[in-house]
Amino acid sequence: MSETSDKRGRAIARVKPFLEELEAKPFWANLREHKLTAQRCNACGKFFTFPPQGSCPHCLSTDYEWKQLSGKGTVYSFVNYHRAWHPSYEGKTPYNVSLVDLDEGPRLISNVIECPTEQVKIGMPVQVVFEDNEDYTLPKFRPA
Amino acid sequence: MSNISGRYAVVGVAETKVGKRPDASTHSLHLECIKACLDDAGIKASDVDGFITNQPLNDAHRSYAVRMANMARMHPNYATDLALGGATPIAMVQNAVMAIEAGMANTVMCVHARKRGTPDPSPGNPIRHGDEHWEEPWGHFSAVANHAFAAQRHMYEFGTTSEDLAHVAVATRKHACMNNNATMRKPMTIADHQASRFICEPLRLFDCALESDGGGAVIVTSAERARDFPKKPVAILGMGQHHPHFSLMDAPSLTTLGGKKSSELAYKMAGLNPKDMNFAEIYDCFTITTMITLEDYGFCKKGEGKDFVKNGRIEVGGELPVNTHGGLLSQAHIEGMLHVTEAVRQLRGNEVEPERQVKNAKAGIVSGHGGSLCMHASLILGAL
Repeated sequence: MSETSDKRGRAIARVKPFLEELEAKPFWANLREHKLTAQRCNACGKFFTFPPQGSCPHCLSTDYEWKQLSGKGTVYSFVNYHRAWHPSYEGKTPYNVSLVDLDEGPRLISNVIECPTEQVKIGMPVQVVFEDNEDYTLPKFRPA
Repeated sequence: MSNISGRYAVVGVAETKVGKRPDASTHSLHLECIKACLDDAGIKASDVDGFITNQPLNDAHRSYAVRMANMARMHPNYATDLALGGATPIAMVQNAVMAIEAGMANTVMCVHARKRGTPDPSPGNPIRHGDEHWEEPWGHFSAVANHAFAAQRHMYEFGTTSEDLAHVAVATRKHACMNNNATMRKPMTIADHQASRFICEPLRLFDCALESDGGGAVIVTSAERARDFPKKPVAILGMGQHHPHFSLMDAPSLTTLGGKKSSELAYKMAGLNPKDMNFAEIYDCFTITTMITLEDYGFCKKGEGKDFVKNGRIEVGGELPVNTHGGLLSQAHIEGMLHVTEAVRQLRGNEVEPERQVKNAKAGIVSGHGGSLCMHASLILGAL
């Protein structure tokens, strides 16, 4: 057991995002202003996927800009956690985690909130909402 | 490029006692595998000139292969660690073949031991999957959830149910009950599976693999040299890998995975097809993984896994015995190394408990699957 692992050798989860990741800094900064953004390639015009990276996954161009997204998407798949892997989720189960396909193309792992877990369905339209924490903002989704 | 099918063989295998091994560290489990595998092959440590390992899950550091080789006083001419999650053991065998084919080694040992059942204090840090920081802030922590996403899609696309998945768990448990070195040896019913609690819905406790201590090893050499070893050599007939994505956010599909392409490559190398397989040892970290892989490997059409796994078809004595050792679900989770050793022992024909021996086994396929459903390796073994 060390500072980063539990007694079985599993990495201890960090629920705070890693805000220092070089390519992802604009993503986190834009979220503070309640803007959901993704990288779009200036060479081929396509959106990058997440996580952010230094060149276009489609054509490898390094010429890209951060574009504001509509915040609209659909649920591609979802699960309900019945077990709390992290102490901060004790008493909060079952909770939803979803793969959300954004209308512009990229997919995010996030939560569908403001909706009972049993009502979340594949294909359900959702809209981004911003959860402000002390020093970071998370994009989450509610039924559209 | 010449086809290497049948030119290399497995001449030694070993598996430790599995389950809870508070007596042994990860290192000790590796050493136990090394000794048992040398004994099985009838050779000495100094006869091994290639050595391949996986990094310990709880203590990532520079070459683990060199460290372990040194502990056993092997001084290999080729050593490396591989990191393909549950596809690693098969990739090790493939890498061993490549090292020998390249002329860098003659006799390569591949070892993988894992310590997840009991504590293994370590001064180091665990290996990360890689994208946790894009998952954990939203409460997404576990492999079971990654596979629950896939199960949810399989249910949506093909009408698969939790009860369909139960058939995989029950058949696998039946085989574990026949294996003296299996952790779970109490028979399971469909009702038991359905009564087990949700861990990450739609997957239940009995859809999930065990957390185990234990290890396994194999020794690979050329077909010519293989004939000089004491045990019946088992030929490496086909090999494949395919890795279609890394993050779940990039996955082109959650219901057709790397196994499709990987198995096609392996079948092509072997000149065989699914109908030629007498058994399959399918990486079963979760029941849904078995079902998707059986489809991807061409044993049934996509979406028909739910029917294929029923009526005893995947049990010993059925059309395609699957996970004849009890798999990760019920024997032990050694990241698939024991799927490889089991396939070899089935093909030797006189080593496993008679009630789970596949009659007249001539060829079998083994799958390995790792990461966020993103890494896949396939191995076809058969008579030399």
